Amino acid sequence: MSALLQVRGLSHNYGQRIGCQDVSFDLHPGELLCIVGESGSGKSTLLKTAAAQLTASSGSVRYHQRDGAWLDLDELSEADRRRLAREEWGFVTQNPRDGLRLNVSAGANVAERLMALGMRNYGQLREIARGWLERVEIDPSRIDDPPTAFSGGMQQRLQIARTLVTQPRLVFMDEPTAGLDVSVQARILDLLRRLVNELGLAAVMVTHDLAVARLLAARTMVMQGGRVVETGLTDQILDDPQHPYTQLLVSSVLTT
Amino acid sequence: MTSNYNFAFLDENTKRMLRRALLKAVAIPGYQVPFGSREMPLPYGWGTGGIQLTAALLGPDDVLKVIDQGADDTTNAVNIRRFFARVAGVATTERTIEASVIQTRHRIPETPLREDQILVFQVPEPEPLRTLEPREAETRTLHALADYGLMHVKLYEDIAQYGHIATSYDYPVLVDGRFLTSPSPIPKFDNPKLDHSPALMLFGAGREKRLYAIPPYTRVESLAFEDHPFEIQRWEHQCELCGADESYLDEVVVDDLGSRMFVCSDTDYCGQRRAEQAA
Amino acid sequence: MYVAVKGGEQAITRSLQLLAEARRGDLATPELTLDQIRQQLRLGVARVMQEGSLYDEELAAMAIRQAAGDMLEAIFLLRAYRTTLRRFGYTQPLDTNAMRVHRRVSGTFKDVPGGQVLGPTYDYTQRLLEFESAATSEPVEAAEPLPDAMPRVLDLLDAEALIERIDAGTDPEPADLTREPLMFPADRATRLQNLARGDEGFLLGMAYSTQRGYAETHPFAGEIRMGEVDVLICPEELGFTIEIGSITLTECQMINQFHGGNGLPPQFTRGYGLCMGEGERKAMSMALVDRTLRCDELGEPSYAPAQNHEFVLSHSDSVEASGFVQHLKLPHYVDFQAELSLLRTLSAQHAQRARDEEVTTQETSS
Repeated sequence: MSALLQVRGLSHNYGQRIGCQDVSFDLHPGELLCIVGESGSGKSTLLKTAAAQLTASSGSVRYHQRDGAWLDLDELSEADRRRLAREEWGFVTQNPRDGLRLNVSAGANVAERLMALGMRNYGQLREIARGWLERVEIDPSRIDDPPTAFSGGMQQRLQIARTLVTQPRLVFMDEPTAGLDVSVQARILDLLRRLVNELGLAAVMVTHDLAVARLLAARTMVMQGGRVVETGLTDQILDDPQHPYTQLLVSSVLTT
Repeated sequence: MTSNYNFAFLDENTKRMLRRALLKAVAIPGYQVPFGSREMPLPYGWGTGGIQLTAALLGPDDVLKVIDQGADDTTNAVNIRRFFARVAGVATTERTIEASVIQTRHRIPETPLREDQILVFQVPEPEPLRTLEPREAETRTLHALADYGLMHVKLYEDIAQYGHIATSYDYPVLVDGRFLTSPSPIPKFDNPKLDHSPALMLFGAGREKRLYAIPPYTRVESLAFEDHPFEIQRWEHQCELCGADESYLDEVVVDDLGSRMFVCSDTDYCGQRRAEQAA
Repeated sequence: MYVAVKGGEQAITRSLQLLAEARRGDLATPELTLDQIRQQLRLGVARVMQEGSLYDEELAAMAIRQAAGDMLEAIFLLRAYRTTLRRFGYTQPLDTNAMRVHRRVSGTFKDVPGGQVLGPTYDYTQRLLEFESAATSEPVEAAEPLPDAMPRVLDLLDAEALIERIDAGTDPEPADLTREPLMFPADRATRLQNLARGDEGFLLGMAYSTQRGYAETHPFAGEIRMGEVDVLICPEELGFTIEIGSITLTECQMINQFHGGNGLPPQFTRGYGLCMGEGERKAMSMALVDRTLRCDELGEPSYAPAQNHEFVLSHSDSVEASGFVQHLKLPHYVDFQAELSLLRTLSAQHAQRARDEEVTTQETSS
């Protein structure tokens, strides 16, 4: 099967400081790839560069569009970049407050992407929004409440609903569970696993938590100091890490 | 006419700059054209955009009407009419049918306009997305990409909170199926008059340094949802002076007890109807 | 029988008469002469020239008198006059190095070549009200004559390569803000033009906010100088430069700490302020705000109001701000009527809902 996203030799520098360096990978339709590493390892920079939110210093990212054409993100106009972000991609931020409109209701948050795509039937928008709230385990009767009245976990689930409502083909997630309590995390991870399977999504998820990778991802990439030090099937990496840094990461998880 | 100043106050180079910007505006209906707005001897927010456009349009044979809130006799309308009488010496009128150029703030006359008339709107805030997105660089991008989901979020939210769209004036329109546009703070009652109007409609925002146009016979659609269509205000009253039941009414408090009466906001329209009734 | 209010024209005429009367005051008191205003209220004249963007002391004095001392109104009067003037050329860039200095101070070095020159300043007055009229003193003799031109303090740091170099040669031709609309992103020349016309009070508040944690720029007053600068033009038909006069300017160069970033080495950076006439508070505020607005270029985190280009530049102009705030005085009957009927609908809905709920509660409790 042909890849959905093709990343080659991708780097992003902050002035003299290295963000991520010479990263290559392929992502296939329906696949969930985890990028793990400590904070400062460059994993969020890689995610944002691959999602064209940061400009690559060198290297390339190519995306296989719904219509079959390959797009070079480097050559993408601002208009095309926004269209992609609206129609084919989704981005889930670590802090749900960054990804939500806090001053409008939960229903408007879910319906926004549909309206941007041209849906103009209020009743239908409500119906779909209610359905999605239910899907992410938020009581549909809270459709008119503002996100500020929700707990952190609910806000994150709302952001997931808002992102997935248009059934994007590719979703980027930046530590979606990092700021939450352990019990809340488990519920969201479970939800994500279910939705990814149901919708056949492809996703790239950044996390510092190996347990998250084990639960969700078939494939994992380990980053240190801006570079990928090991990549492979998640089980293999966790059970038989090759790189000393991965070994250290795995052992620190096992001992805690 | 004051001879120390050029005809209609502005120098001819400035008028040329304005006319070029106006031509561009007519060519791209609803698009906000940035222009080198001049400082006028009228405070910003009081119609500096409108008077620059009027100054660029007026010729010696034009007949000018100026209204504010539909009335010719409100102080700001009087002041602008006095200004042009002084610096351009053009004929002025209070009759809609006699005017070739009508400068207006907040209303469209009730009397239907013709192809040989131009309506100039004073616009305080040309950007319909401004209250939703304060950054100018971003709103210009949204227009360039025709990315108007944000506006619909606002309308959705109105219905969710109030059961209907709670915007009663400056109600956003889509011009020629392309640009989201502010009709200026006219009541939404006047929005239907924008659609396929025989008269050219020009909009000037002096402080914000933008002008835009709705050319004659252009499709102008007030935003709505399929199942919550656009509706205009209706009154249970008729005008107590002329009996009109299809015009926009002003509510007037007539005594200390708070008694109210409703009268036409368009004073020329009301006066003409009464004159006809008396005849 | 109600009659629609008429008489706007007459009301305006009467109001103008009342205004003229109030402005003149008691006829037994002589009217202020323009010379009195120019000479005895020179700092007010300077402010009106700065923000009115027109260097003409006589017209500024006239505007102050006509505005009864309301500076913003005087600035507006001058701007409305300025807009009718024909533009017959642009001057050569002013050379403030060659300024004939009346005042020059630096907060960065104890002594500098050319010396610290206090000049006429309110800094060390003791702010005691002088109940006697100002003594007419003899002209003050300088202890020693001031040099014709003084080197700039910042050039001393430049020699050591400790301060950023700004190469005037690569500066693009600036846009003219009085002829073209402000667009974003705005380059530095455009920003400086905007700030130079900006309201002193607004800039002062913005500058002050940067000193109180809303975008720290670690400033030092590198040099403040005030004096006369020659104005040169080069008419196309002549092909050579001629001097058309001189004007008083106040210039402030701030030195700001910078730890490096965005590919630039650690060095001092500059904030620049310039205004016509004597206007030290304005020039210093402008220099602080200018430096703060360079946050993106220098890779500094941007979070404070004074760093936000659109926020600062769109709200700095007193003529725009004053007009728009005060336009609320104009009639808004039509829009208010629309809001009124909307509110009545909403309130009726609310009351209906409350009644419905009451009925439901009664039904369930019975």
